[in-house]
Parts: sequence; C-alpha cells; structure tokens
Amino acid sequence: MSSSTFETVAGIISETCDIPREKITPDSHAINDLGIDSLDFLDVAFAIDKAFGIKMPLEQWTQEVNEGKVSSDRYFVLRDLCANIDSLTAAKATA
Amino acid sequence: MQLEYFRMVDRIIRLDLAAQTVVAECDIPDQSPVFEGHFPGHPILPGVLMIETIAQTGGWLIMAMHRFDRIPFLAQVKEAKMRAFLTPGEQVETEVRLLHDGSGYAVAAGTIRRAGRTVAEAEITYRVMPFPNPAMRGQMLDTARRVAVPEHFLADGPTPDA
Repeated sequence: MSSSTFETVAGIISETCDIPREKITPDSHAINDLGIDSLDFLDVAFAIDKAFGIKMPLEQWTQEVNEGKVSSDRYFVLRDLCANIDSLTAAKATA
Repeated sequence: MQLEYFRMVDRIIRLDLAAQTVVAECDIPDQSPVFEGHFPGHPILPGVLMIETIAQTGGWLIMAMHRFDRIPFLAQVKEAKMRAFLTPGEQVETEVRLLHDGSGYAVAAGTIRRAGRTVAEAEITYRVMPFPNPAMRGQMLDTARRVAVPEHFLADGPTPDA
C-alpha cells in the first residue's frame, strides 16, 4: 500500500463522511470501524474513482463478500482497499 | 408529462453516448390532480418533480449505455436548485450529462431549461443494477419507444455507433 494512496483515501473519507482524520488508520474497516453505510460509500467510491482515474469494481467485490468467497476485510479494511487501488492504478498505467 | 404516473419525459431529442449526454423535452400538462393540491389557486410543478424529471432524463442515458440490461435507481440528490416556478402548459428541455459511470453506480448532473433559461438543476447519484424482473424490463423498453429513445440503443436493436 502506497502511503500517498492512504493519505488521499483517508482525506476523502474524512471529508465525505465527516469523520475526524485521526480516527482513520490503515487498519480501519470502512464499514465496521468507521460506520460508513452503503450510500456514503458511493460518495467515497466516486471521489476515489475520480482522484485515481479508475473504476473500482465495487459490484464484483460486494458479490464476492456476499457469496462468502472472501472476507469483507479484503476490500474494506483501508490497508487492503488502498492496495487494491494501487493495483488498479498500476493496471491502468500499463494498459 | 403525466405527473400522477411519474411519467416526466415526453421525448428524447438527443442521446449521445460518446458525449455522455441526453436531452429531453417535457410538456407540463394543462391539468393534473397534482396541481389541485400544489397549490389551490396557484398551480406550479413541485420542485421534487423537477428533480424527478432530471433523474428520469439521466436514467434514459444510463439505460442506453447499458443497452437496457440495467436500470438506475435514484440514490442521492445534491446541489438541487429550483430557480423559478414552472406552470401548467409550459414546455421545458432537460439536459443531463454523465459525470461518472461507476461500478454499480453512476453520477450525473442535469439542468431544466425554459426557453433557454435555467429553471432547475441537480446532481444525481444512481444505484445501477440489473432489472428486478423481466416484466419491468419489458415495460421499460415499451416506455423507451414511447419517448422515442432511438431504436439502436435498445437491447434488441442493432449495435450503436457510439
């Protein structure tokens, strides 16, 4: 996970969801720890997509979680979310 | 418009997937039960129906983008401004531009104009998901034809150019 990615994402979450920046850590789970609901997460996703020029595959991630294939931690703990963003950004750069 | 049926769009006059924009014409009816209550003696189109008009207009763009395989549902309204009254018998033009096509969601900005002047505007966030059932999709395709969505944007039409 790039530290600059985390800083950007944490700033987006803080501003979009009105959560104090100091409460947002790489280990925070966006839903379970920060209490971001699905509607607010759309705002977060929009801001992340715009900031990084990507399209996070939220539908695929949500489906995998709902089907029990993966833990929600994989996509919604910020450390993992940022790693996924880094991967998407890298894939875009090489496309 | 048929306000009591939430049919806000009368005609799609431009739908451009490359530019990610749609323009629709909407004729405010001379009479409607809505005007009997909003307001007695001073009939005006409710502001929430202006927002609905913007949302539905953008909805046609999003459905066309997805070849009517998915439907957008209103999830959020931001920066809504109603700048003037709209009254029975007027015609307005609604233009919506897609701001972002996300995964399972979309964001668009729309404007309602009367004779070229902005009457209302809003930014709309949609949840975009598969049609809940085939019957609803069939009804939506029928409605798409009624409002003159070009046939090549419909799911069973030829491939669009853009």
